[in-house]
Amino acid sequence: MQRDPNYPTICKIEKVIDETPSVRTLIFSDDVLPNVLPGQFAMVWIPGVNELPMSVMISHEQGKAAFTIRKLGEASTGLYNVAVGKYIGIRGPYGNSFDIKEGKLLLVGGGTGLVPLLRLLTFVKPSDDVTVLIGAKTKAEVFFEDMANDILEKNPHRVLVVTEDGSYGEKGLVTDLVEKIITETKFEAVYTCGPELMMYKTVQLSHEKGIFVQASLERMMKCGIGICGSCCIGEDLVCRDGTIFDGDHLLANKEFGHTFRTKAGILDKF
Amino acid sequence: MAINLSTKIGPLSLERPTILASGILGISLDVFNRIYKAGAGAVVTKSLSKEPWEGYANPTIFSVKGGGWINAVGLSNPGAANFASMIQPNKEVPIIVSLVGSVEDDFDFMIKQFENCKVVAFELNLSCPHVAKVGLEVGDDLDLVNKIIKTVKNATAVPVFAKVGLGSTDYIETVSTAVDAGIDGITAINTMRAMAIDIETQRPILSNKIGGLSGTPIKPIAVRCVYEISSKFEIPILGSGGISTWEDAVEFFLAGASAIQIGSAVGDNWIKIFDEINNGISQYMEKKRYSKIAEMVGLAKGS
Ligand SMILES: Cc1cc2nc3c(=O)[nH]c(=O)nc-3n(C[C@H](O)[C@H](O)[C@H](O)COP(=O)(O)OP(=O)(O)OC[C@H]3O[C@@H](n4cnc5c(N)ncnc54)[C@H](O)[C@@H]3O)c2cc1C
Ligand SMILES: Cc1cc2nc3c(=O)[nH]c(=O)nc-3n(C[C@H](O)[C@H](O)[C@H](O)COP(=O)(O)O)c2cc1C
Ligand code: FES
Repeated sequence: MQRDPNYPTICKIEKVIDETPSVRTLIFSDDVLPNVLPGQFAMVWIPGVNELPMSVMISHEQGKAAFTIRKLGEASTGLYNVAVGKYIGIRGPYGNSFDIKEGKLLLVGGGTGLVPLLRLLTFVKPSDDVTVLIGAKTKAEVFFEDMANDILEKNPHRVLVVTEDGSYGEKGLVTDLVEKIITETKFEAVYTCGPELMMYKTVQLSHEKGIFVQASLERMMKCGIGICGSCCIGEDLVCRDGTIFDGDHLLANKEFGHTFRTKAGILDKF
Repeated sequence: MAINLSTKIGPLSLERPTILASGILGISLDVFNRIYKAGAGAVVTKSLSKEPWEGYANPTIFSVKGGGWINAVGLSNPGAANFASMIQPNKEVPIIVSLVGSVEDDFDFMIKQFENCKVVAFELNLSCPHVAKVGLEVGDDLDLVNKIIKTVKNATAVPVFAKVGLGSTDYIETVSTAVDAGIDGITAINTMRAMAIDIETQRPILSNKIGGLSGTPIKPIAVRCVYEISSKFEIPILGSGGISTWEDAVEFFLAGASAIQIGSAVGDNWIKIFDEINNGISQYMEKKRYSKIAEMVGLAKGS
């Protein structure tokens, strides 16, 4: 029978890579996930633990896909600890993808928000001039800098890191650098994924300058396909209408950058 | 000529007979507005409880190979009071508020939270199959059903519907008790107890292990229940279970439903499904020369 995207497909973890002391990449073979569009995600079942939405990470091998997980609560720690030879279940791919423009592109990411942005980098044209900004709290939490440089090897590009404590790269908030850079350079498009307040500021700054900007949102997810309603933001369902939205659409949404819903569906402030 | 799709479910009149089922996209007023604009005649909220509930851990929903869905969300909801203040600004959308509880006082408390909200009906969930002490366990307890409905009917002038499912008591008994207690309509049916086990990891997939089956596999059962209820009682019926096309909707009307609820098919076909089903019903009515939905309700019983 043909694969049902909404029923878990079981995959065996083949390789584990530690990116930082709290971030890990799990690699597995699959027919579908290696070829998803940039920004798409999967619902990942950790048998006996939970199921979480995860952006689909690139891998450097044919027929293999990956997830990059930061351990946080019980569910993500459960996934982080899945060892080589153990199983996970995947549903999807779900969600839309980034609208890929040509020319001077700016990507702004923080933490595991870099996952969909790295896949986006594999879709840029050789002539595109690409700037990647990576934000982190401190040096030990910086990852994927080398990978971004490797993917962009043949492009005019720069990868800049900003840490809040100044232990690596520039000191400050990544959005301070966004402000500076979009004033100096006329970008064709800005793409962002990471903490919502970082995305909010990035969208606002880009929008003020009239630059096309898209952000990939996170909300509480259960079904991943537009049934349960838990991922709603205003009238949009992040799993089905997004996760990627245009900046002007987001700025018209009173919840973006301000509120999110808890597991019980109660509105809470960021 | 534009076909008139309006329908009456006892005391409740709706412009269109297609209703968003409870638990589907149902936690925000903005989403309700969107679904109403997309063609739904009314929306049913997620079932609300007295206190907020987080629900079960994921996995909570997945599909059945070959069609249908199994879910055990665990009735996660923000609680009646939070929800009431969220829908307070509502002016336009016909909202049916779904409630779950264990005793009649829970329902009394919850109904009072909605005193200043525009609500067109309440739907009492007597049939959620996967949460202890509420839902089906209440629907199976005929004494409790009677007490709850009498309390609720006392507490509000708004129409009240009871949603039934297939539990351990014959659902016909539950319907009979509800009708005697003064209910204004019956929603039939809820999901049916089901599970799926992954053969590689050898575990149930749902975190709650057992959940409720919805979607196309339960449609013939739901049609049978609607037909049986309409054959035995003079009570308006809202049909629910596996409706994904206009043909399904018409089948439910013919079985005796005055309106239909759409749940799982929203996941399969997205929000445009309301418009698609409305258009299909219109064309069928034109072909059969009906001017009102009511003309076809229960027609299959006469044959
Ligand atoms: C589309 C999407 C893609 C994501 N991609 C990645 C990724 O590539 N790598 C990564 O490490 N993380 C990713 N996440 C975040 C991840 O799904 C979890 O939210 C995070 O790992 C924390 O989960 P936890 O249950 O361990 O934490 P908890 O301590 O239980 O919860 C912390 C917070 O995490 C969020 N959260 C918990 N469960 C869910 C859920 N089911 N859906 C959405 N948010 C939830 C809530 O905001 C919660 O308050 C993504 C989230 C979304 C929505
Ligand atoms: C994810 C999900 C959540 C549901 N939550 C509720 C609920 O809170 N209250 C309720 O009365 N019914 C609930 N139901 C049942 C539906 O309202 C509907 O009666 C059932 O799914 C059958 O219709 P369908 O086949 O069109 O989905 C839920 C169904 C699903 C799939
Ligand atoms: S996660 Fe269920 S509707 Fe988006």
